[in-house]
Amino acid sequence: MNSSPLESIPVGREKIRLLESKSILHRRALLKMIYTARAGHTGGSLSCVDILNVLYNHVMNITPENFSELNRDHYIHSKGHSVEALYAVLADKGFFPFEALDSVETYGSYFIGHPTRRVPGIEQNTGALGHGLSFAVGMALAAKMNGRNDRIFTIMGDGELAEGSIWEASASAANYRLDNLVAIVDRNTLQISGRTENVMAMEPLDEKFSAFGFAVREVDGNSISDLIGVFENLPFEEGKPNLILARTIKGKGISFIEDQVQWHHHVPTDAEFDTAMLELDEAEKALGD
Amino acid sequence: MSENHLPIGSTNLDIFSKTLMELAEQDRDVLVVTSDSRGSGKLTPFGEKFPGQIVEIGIAEQNLVGVSAGLASYGKKVFAVSPASFLTARALEQIKNDVAYSNRPVKVIGISAGVSYGSLGSTHHSLHDFSVLQAINNIDIVAPADNFETVQAIRAAVHHPRPIYIRFGKKPMPDLHAPGTHFEIGKAIQLTPQSNHYDVAFIASGETVFRAYLASQALAEKGITCCVLSLHSIRPFDEDAVLHAAVNSKVVVTVEEHCVNGGLGSRVASFLMQAGVFRPLRIVGIPDEHTVTGSQVEIFQHYSISQQGLSQTALHLLEKESVS
Repeated sequence: MNSSPLESIPVGREKIRLLESKSILHRRALLKMIYTARAGHTGGSLSCVDILNVLYNHVMNITPENFSELNRDHYIHSKGHSVEALYAVLADKGFFPFEALDSVETYGSYFIGHPTRRVPGIEQNTGALGHGLSFAVGMALAAKMNGRNDRIFTIMGDGELAEGSIWEASASAANYRLDNLVAIVDRNTLQISGRTENVMAMEPLDEKFSAFGFAVREVDGNSISDLIGVFENLPFEEGKPNLILARTIKGKGISFIEDQVQWHHHVPTDAEFDTAMLELDEAEKALGD
Repeated sequence: MSENHLPIGSTNLDIFSKTLMELAEQDRDVLVVTSDSRGSGKLTPFGEKFPGQIVEIGIAEQNLVGVSAGLASYGKKVFAVSPASFLTARALEQIKNDVAYSNRPVKVIGISAGVSYGSLGSTHHSLHDFSVLQAINNIDIVAPADNFETVQAIRAAVHHPRPIYIRFGKKPMPDLHAPGTHFEIGKAIQLTPQSNHYDVAFIASGETVFRAYLASQALAEKGITCCVLSLHSIRPFDEDAVLHAAVNSKVVVTVEEHCVNGGLGSRVASFLMQAGVFRPLRIVGIPDEHTVTGSQVEIFQHYSISQQGLSQTALHLLEKESVS
């Protein structure tokens, strides 16, 4: 399952197709995880999994082989509740076998419902929201101090943006001109109790992050080709931290889960799971056409 | 007896900043991270001499701790410096998750701790830090008593393998220790001669220790023998030293610049009860009430954290002990 051959394939239709195929594999794995554990964050994992796929299989210099080294890219999963997407991508990347994920959220397992460093490939314990960006700022600053070009990536949820610490961290990212920091917002427009704009109106997000000193780009966060395109232009502006507003669909890829608030952490029934797997089979077939 | 007969040293804060300069000179990975606290932390000279080793975060304690954890993950030896009151309340979740739970060995430095800010009031007091941090796994807690303990604690912190919280105040402290005294995080220091028969055990931490020591001297003039422990480390907790002090004493008095709930005294009482050592015990600290307005010294005197107050507390306990 190690994807190193994928990295050597030049960007083009073939590579995009391979990555799209991986996204389907990741969706199968994360749904199986949640279905088996009878717990998990289904909607948010499905919305950010394409971003994680492109990061780990195309953009970031992170492998099981170099993970113990400091001088490489780094990833912090700020929206820690969507851990199932991360587990799926890390398993596919070869950090641990897929079978290990049968233990997710079981008694005594290291694979708990939020990221922890006990799991190979995970850099920092997250789960309480509003923490990842500060930590990433510290890493990006340290990399700069060391004269390194390591890049630090983090994905935040859009509901998470109501945390004040995000804005403290944003100010410091710009203050220290951290153009090696890449903050990504999984803008799926839903959080646990409803539309993000109804819970706490945060738009215009692009203007807010721009005003805080980020170079902002918007992208379809469920489009492999669009994601590849946006990451190719890093850093967007020299001396400015990067912010990618990734427009996504919560529950993306499964028709009856998409954009449904109740699927924040709903667990599929047997019938729902079977239907979801069939939909992913169909999507895979469509890729081959 | 005056509180001034011990030789007066510098403030622990001054000693902290001097020690950090020495450490930063030797190791470029030693960093100070501040929240607009370089003035209150006496770190202006540090910033001037080592501009590449100081990170200003502004008045944003949560970000201060999160950024410090990120820097530490890159192998930096990070001293996150901010007033103890804000650091351990405003940024508690970052200390809990980013530092302790994630095992990032940040040196969390609470300055102007306890009631150092005096009449500025409760917003600026940290009477909760021992309590909240003791309830969080994987962070050591140290309150040095004098300049010597401060130097030693800061030096030890640089290579400390776990997260550590060190707090101190900003008043000059008398020197309590003889040259050559051994210091180790997690090992209490006994200030009085070793014996197997004491009347009173004073177990104290931080800037209350010298007051307990002076009380022991006043009591000695009345023929009452004391064991005075500087329990600078609330965690790791030195069970052996506390056991020795309590087992060999008639009564135990704990002293701390902290709320009487959940601090050093609670820890000592809990430990002794569970060890089956039952001694009359008083927890001297700041009671569970709106703290009286005053300077640090006035607040201490108000709550009997003074030579006289502690002597009287010990005498009352001894009287009750002899009656029963």
